[in-house]
Order: sequence, then C-alpha cells, then structure tokens
Amino acid sequence: MVELSKLSRPLQFALLVGIFLVLCFTIPASDGNYLWRLPSLIAGWPAALNGSVEYMMFEWFPIETYNPDIEDYEESAFLKEITRSFSGFILFGIQFIRELLLGGVKTIVAFTSWDFVSENEWAVWPALPWTVVVAGSMVLGYALNGKGLAIFVGAALAYIGIFGQWVPAMETLSFVLIAAPVSVLLGVAFGIWAYKSKTTEAVLMPLLNVAQTMPHFSYLVPVTVFFGLGDHAGAIATIIFATPPMVRLTLLGLKGVSPEVQEAGVMNGCNKFQLLFKVMLPSARQNILVGVNQVIMQCLAMAVIASLIGAKGLGFNLLLALNQLRVGQALELGICIVLIAITLDKLSLSWANKQIDYFADHGFVERHKYSLIVLGFLGVGIVLAYLGTFIFGDKINYFYLIPHNKGITTEWFWQAGVDWMVDTWQPPIKLFTAWLFVNFLTPMKNAYLAMPVLATFVLFMGIGYIVGGIRSALTVGAFTLFLALTEWWDRALITLYMATVGVVISVIIGTSMGVLCAQNERATNVALRICDTLQTFPSFIYLIPVMMLFGVNDSAVLIAVIIYATIPALRYTVEGLINVPQALQDAGSMSGVNRTQRLLNIEIPLAIPHMMLGINQTVIFALFMVMIGALIATDDLGQLILKSLSDQNGIGNGLMLGLCVAFIGLAVDHIIQTWAKDRRAALGLG
Amino acid sequence: MNDQSPVIKCESVYKIFGEATAKLLQESNGAIDVEKFKAEGCIFGVNSASFEVHKGEMLVVMGLSGSGKSTLLRCISKLTDTTAGKIFIDGEDLLAMKPKELIELRRNKMGMVFQSFALLPHKTVLENIAFPLQVKGQSTKESVERAAAMIDLVDLSGRENYYPRQLSGGQQQRVGIARSLAVEPDIWFLDEPFSALDPLIRREMQDEFLRLQAMLQKTILFVTHDFDEALRLADRIAIMKDGVIEQIDTPANIVLNPATEYVAKFTNDVPREKVLSCVNLMEKAGKGVKVSSVRVSKDAIIETVAEAILNETKPVPVVDENDKMVGVLNHKSIIHTLFGKDESA
Repeated sequence: MVELSKLSRPLQFALLVGIFLVLCFTIPASDGNYLWRLPSLIAGWPAALNGSVEYMMFEWFPIETYNPDIEDYEESAFLKEITRSFSGFILFGIQFIRELLLGGVKTIVAFTSWDFVSENEWAVWPALPWTVVVAGSMVLGYALNGKGLAIFVGAALAYIGIFGQWVPAMETLSFVLIAAPVSVLLGVAFGIWAYKSKTTEAVLMPLLNVAQTMPHFSYLVPVTVFFGLGDHAGAIATIIFATPPMVRLTLLGLKGVSPEVQEAGVMNGCNKFQLLFKVMLPSARQNILVGVNQVIMQCLAMAVIASLIGAKGLGFNLLLALNQLRVGQALELGICIVLIAITLDKLSLSWANKQIDYFADHGFVERHKYSLIVLGFLGVGIVLAYLGTFIFGDKINYFYLIPHNKGITTEWFWQAGVDWMVDTWQPPIKLFTAWLFVNFLTPMKNAYLAMPVLATFVLFMGIGYIVGGIRSALTVGAFTLFLALTEWWDRALITLYMATVGVVISVIIGTSMGVLCAQNERATNVALRICDTLQTFPSFIYLIPVMMLFGVNDSAVLIAVIIYATIPALRYTVEGLINVPQALQDAGSMSGVNRTQRLLNIEIPLAIPHMMLGINQTVIFALFMVMIGALIATDDLGQLILKSLSDQNGIGNGLMLGLCVAFIGLAVDHIIQTWAKDRRAALGLG
Repeated sequence: MNDQSPVIKCESVYKIFGEATAKLLQESNGAIDVEKFKAEGCIFGVNSASFEVHKGEMLVVMGLSGSGKSTLLRCISKLTDTTAGKIFIDGEDLLAMKPKELIELRRNKMGMVFQSFALLPHKTVLENIAFPLQVKGQSTKESVERAAAMIDLVDLSGRENYYPRQLSGGQQQRVGIARSLAVEPDIWFLDEPFSALDPLIRREMQDEFLRLQAMLQKTILFVTHDFDEALRLADRIAIMKDGVIEQIDTPANIVLNPATEYVAKFTNDVPREKVLSCVNLMEKAGKGVKVSSVRVSKDAIIETVAEAILNETKPVPVVDENDKMVGVLNHKSIIHTLFGKDESA
C-alpha cells in the first residue's frame, strides 16, 4: 500500500482499471456466487419501515379527540392528530388564496358549515375578475421596478388568461404562494439555527445532503401517509423539497458576513435580535435571495410531481397532456408554468431591492397612490364583469373568468407542427434511435449489468482511495454496500448506466462549448444568459420537445438528460475560465504564450476545480432527469419509485429507493468535492 | 494631562488565546506566568497593558500587524472578552457590566470606525448613518434629520441615496465616520480607519479627521500601523510589540528618547524638525545674554520657524502663551536637528 501511494495518479488509476477488468472477466456470473452479487440482506427493510411508520401514525400514543361527525370522543393517534392539523392549516391557506382569485365556498364553509352555504344562496365568495388580477399585478410590478417589469408581468398574465389557462394557473399560483413563503421561512429559521449552533449544523448537513439528492418522487408516498392526499400534501412535499437549498444558502450567507460588519452592528448598540435581523440577515441578502429564487423554481418544478398526489393546477393538466401524448397542449401549459416562474422570481427580486425615499413628504393620496390605483382597477374590473353579463348573455363571461380551455388555443398549431415533424423526421430519427439503441445503449447497459459486485466495489472504493485516502474509500464503500444489499442492485446499475452515459456526453458538450464561449466576452454573456433562462424551466419541461422528436423510449430520456445536464457543465466551465485572475493571464502573456498555450497551461488548470463542481452538478441534474424520465419511459430505480406510488405499502419501498438514488449521488458528490477541495488548496485558491 | 479622572483606564489587561488558557488560569488562581503559558501554546494578544486616556485626549496605538493593537482596542470596546485585568470606562467596571448595560453604553457613549468601513451593504448612506439612532429607538424622522446633519459634517451632501458599493473608499470611510459620530459618543474608537485608502486620500482624511477632532474634542483611541500617521495625529502614542506596550509617551518624547531598540527603529528615520517643537530644544537663557528681536512660541514646530531663527545672528527667545520668555534657541541646536542625527556632532 505504501509503495502504491507513491505512484503518480494516472498510474494509480491505470492500475485500478486493470484490476477492475481482470475481476470482471474472472468472476463467473452465477446466482450463488457472492462475488458476483451480494445477497439482498436488507430486502426486508422496506416492509419493516412500512410497519413502523404505520404504527407511529395510527397506533402510537393514542389520545382522546372529539369527532363532531359522530358527536362523541374517540381515540386517535397523537402523531396523526398533529399531521392532520398541520395539513388543515396549509390547506386553509391554499384555499383562501385560491378563492380570492377564483371564487368558491370552502373558506365560508370553514367559518360556518356546509348547511349554512346550501341554505343561503348568496354565500358564495366571488372571484376577482381576471382583468383586475392582471391590472393589479401590473401596478405591483410598476411600483416595485418601473415600466419594464409592469409590461412583462401584464403580458405574462394576459397570455395565461387569453389562452384559457387562467383557472389552473391560479390554482398553481395559490399553491406556490403558500409553499414558497413557508419554505423560505423554514429555511431561514433552520439556517439561523445551524449558524448559531455547531451541533445543529453537524446534524443538519448530512440530512440536507440526503434530502437534496433524493428524487422528488420518493417523498410522495410518505407524505401521503402522514398528510393524506390533496393540494396540501402536494404543498408539503414541495416544502420538504424546497427548504434544504434555502437552509444551505442562509447558512452560507450568514457565514460570509464580514466580521467587521458584525462588530459594527454590536458597536452601534444592537441587541441580539437587532443584530440578527437588521445586520446579519440583510448583509447575507445576496445568498438569501438566491435561496428564494431556488425555492420558487423548486415549487414550480414540483407542480407536476405534486399533482401525482392530488395537487390541482397546471401541473395536473400537464401530466394529463403528457399521458395523452397531446404535445401541443403540454407545450402551452409548460409555457404558462415558465411564465409564472419568471414573474414570481422577478417580482420577489425587485421587492427585495426596493429603495425607500426618506425625504419625500407626501400627503395621503401620494403615499397610497398604488393602493388607490389598484382599488380603481378593481372598480373598473367589476363594472366590466357586470357589463359582460349583458354582452355575452348566457355564454361565458370573458370579462369575469375564463374557464379552462375556453380561451384561444394554439394547440392545433403546435400539434400540426409536431405531426409535420413526426412525418418528415420520423423515419431518419427512428433509424437513428434504433441504431443508437442496438449498437450503443444496449451493449452499454449489458456491460454495466455484467459487472461482478466485487469488481464494482474495487473500482468505486479504489477511486475513493486515490482521491481522498482511506476515509473516502470507506464512505464510498458504505454507500455502495447499501445499494448492493438491497434487492434492486440491477436496477441501480441501470440507473447508473443512464446517468453515466448522460453525464459523459453532457460534460463533453458542456465543457467544450464553455471553453469556446469563454474566449469571447459577448459569447460569455450570451452563454450565461441562456443558462440562467434554461435553469428557470422546471425540469420536466425538457421532456416535452424531446418527446415530440424522439417519441417515448430510452433514447428520448437520455436526450432530455443530456440537454438538462449540459447546463451546469457549460455554466461552471465559463465561470471557471473567466474568473482566472487577470494577473496570472498577464504573467502568461508576458512569458510569451500564445492563445492555445494560455488556455491549456494557465486557464484550464486553474479553472478545473470550479469546472469539477460543475460536473458534480451535472451528475445530480442527470440523476434527477433519469428519475423524471420514469414519467415517460425507462426501467430503472425511477420506474420502481413511480410504481411504489400506487402501492398500498409503498412508503418503505419509496423511501428506500429514494435513498438508493441519493446514495449514488452522494458517493459521486463526495469524491468530486474532496478532489476539488484538494485541488483548490494546492492551487492556493482558498 | 489634567486632574479629571480618566475616561478610559486599563489595569494590566491580558488577552490570551489558546485552548489551554482557561485551564492554566484556574490552576494558577488567576496569576499569569507568561513563560509557562507560552510553553503550553498560548498566544498573548495583549500582555499586561496599563494606561489611562483622559477626556479630549487622543491616544494612538501603533504597532505592526500581529502586535496586538487591534486586540487591545477590541478588549476596550468589549468586542472580545478580556482574559484578565481591569478596564474602567468613566470609572465604571466594563468587564462587570451586564449585556443590557453594555448595549446602553454602546448606544450612548461609544462610536467606532473600522478598517474595511463595515458599512451595511443593503442600506444607503443615509440609512447607514441613521442606523445606530434607529437601533436606539429614535423615530425615523428624528434619525433621518440627524443623519442628514452628519452627512453635511463629513461633506457627503448629495450622496444620501447612494449605496456603499457606489462610493469610493474615502467616501465610504466618511460614511463610517459619520455613522460612528451619529449618537454623539464621548469615546471614539478608530481601528486603522485610513489604512485601506490611497496615500493622497489618506492625507486628506487625516486633515479632515483633525478638523473634526478640533471641533468635537472626543476622547479617542486610534489604532494604526503607520508611524507617520501616529506622529501626525496623536497627543500620546503607545507603541506595541508582541502584545506588550513598549513605550507610551508624547510624539516628541518618543522621538527624542526612544525607550527600547524596537521603538528607536521607528524613530531613526523620522524628520525631527516635523515632530519637535521649540520647547523640546530650547536652552535656559543665561543672564545678560543678548537675544534677537524675533520671538517664537514654545509650541511652534521647528520646521515652521527654523528659517526665521537661522536668519538671526543672536539666539532667539522662546515665549509661552503669556508672552513670557521661557528659554532661548540658538543656531547650533536648530542645525543639529535639521542635519545631524549623530549625538556627537
């Protein structure tokens, strides 16, 4: 071992691959052979998990509760009562906003009863006319950031209204307007806690790692068990998913506040509360805002997935459209989701950057200008809606509320486009995908499946050892062992195969494009702008165009993975290259390097740690996309997770499968982070 | 300096870093044996500092990086906990104060300026300066009025609504100064306030600072690594090395009588004519000695009167504020100061 560690790294890797190949060819594939496949010792865990969750949920610590339906006390599990009341709280919030926007009776019912509502016909909460919502949002946009934002917000919402997606869009909005603030508050609270206490941070970090690498689906079953089905369950799943990045970024921001700024706060006489809320958190604002942005993106990314457990809105309709292969409609819905995402993102950013004018000495009208304008619009909108009842008669009142799919639709246009594309390009694409499948993907898949378990361990732990010593080897080994002991090892290998193929191609495309773009300032800006825009698209949006062109199969998923996972590879390469210190570039120029030499000898070596972090992101993105790909095809872990959703006892399976995927991601993450840290330290980049 | 009780008083203040510190202190019952502590891996940030600062006096703490000067400042402003010793602010024991009392003290009596300005990035110039007032609970209107007055004081009118990132370094530090003065503190801490600025701007800010101090007469603890700056600003200078105050005295006395070799290293290259004043060089006037008709004040800096003295043939009388002669200056001592460094010359 001592001699081994003295070899150069490439030689160590070569040796490792050699051993790996020898093992691959010498270990026979037979059922009883533990070197070939480990026995699935923990195959019973999912069932045990199921059992204990059910016990906790339905039997543990019973308490007496009053049931108004049977007008008597009954026994109910403590935990169940807690989760039920929490769901009620969330559900009420969602319904409250939803009925403000769309009208309804449920909020009134909450304060009275169903009998009251059915007896009194007037007891219906009217919807805000959609024209008022559009105008109100425009005023908000104008008040926050001027004309440009007002026009954008107005156009986006008007598009949604006119194209007949108003109702589902508002359903989605009401869901996001509850889930996002709750996630932000929880995230900031946990971030502060972790900042204050080292122990909390140590406990929270691994949990966050797992939570962030678990595929979205695997939360769903546990959430339904604890919270039931419906909008609130979707919101809770979304909160669980959107909070971790918020925690992480809050902590990062707080740690990054300069100690002098903190001291300045103390010297200015802040008490603990003031120091935290007036000095620390605002100073950490940049990172916190990135967090808010991430939360909003996650919320909309979850829109489709949350619809699997009963969340209404655009996501639900999109899922239907995807299932019916109505690509045109899916595209329209996708655009609406992206528009909402961008609108919310821009509004929240402008709100946070708002400046106050202290010297203004305004009267009542001036100070409440915007509220008055909104009130004015409300009046106009209501009058318009009332007039609408005469103009449109018994038909739909377009000035009040445009029902779903009763607006203008361009579906026929997109559908025609898709049909045309399918007709024109289907034969060559079919040939290509068939070729890809037969000559490349299937052999790759078989090669992965032909790896003996021992060889896999040697390879993974060997890489861990070379990169980070015995510690990393053991960490990676532990993750792999978990996978190997479940009954899903083969499925995991398939996931691994799809992810690796996707990652390798993405990295090749992303880094080479990044290197090219970074040579030119304008190209750099364009590339970063494109990455920004693409990242606001919820992940499943990528499935739509891919389905249009490639149909429903493995290759389609793979293409989606490649498109999605190329974004971080490209972004981090460009960022890494343009952030190489100018002084070093100048030193190179003065040593007389030409452009290629500078790129190869100065820029790339210095940018590599950052580029590696990009590759890390690529891996995580690729795993996510492979999982989401389960919605249209694939036969890997993702498909099993999707199946567990409809399974009565799916909770154990769902969680364990989620952990499997998370562990693949965490193992890669561990190796790359360790390497990048070493490398940065070696380069003195801090 | 005067008979009043000191505003800041330190009695053998220690700040010791290192994991073993607490244990060693307990074992020795609070007694500090420097060698023993150092052997256990402790580092002395401040090593037995004792001094007083009086009302309206400016004490400049000078030292190179790692000398403990900023640590000493942070002990006195209680941004860091003092390991041992006593610190009194206006006669009150700082180290015994409860958190609430400490906050009150900072809100009303202390102001501090930081090397990297430490402005709040999310607040405008106006909001930054009004911040300590708002923290105190003043109304927005009151605090904004006061902040606007402070902006005039530091010459930043017209930039009220700029964010710190939109200002130059010198302007940012003006904001820092205005913020630290907003609550009208008695004690003003400045931690290398001009070190991050360009030499020309630094000079300008020093002038500005002297103008403010002439007007406000605060009690000041000023930390710097720049000996010239210390000479230019200080009433008294404390020179620190490895946590120990090597010498604490007026600029002229430090230049004339450096206490240690380390201090002498700084004073060697100092142009004495810029530091010394007539009173430092004058001799007793012998009886019957004929003096010239030109007179110089005892507080005049040599540089400013040298030419006039050298133009006279007879010794020049030195007078105090009541125009009474207290001594004479002759050519020899002026020439010696201007050109000779060697005592035997």
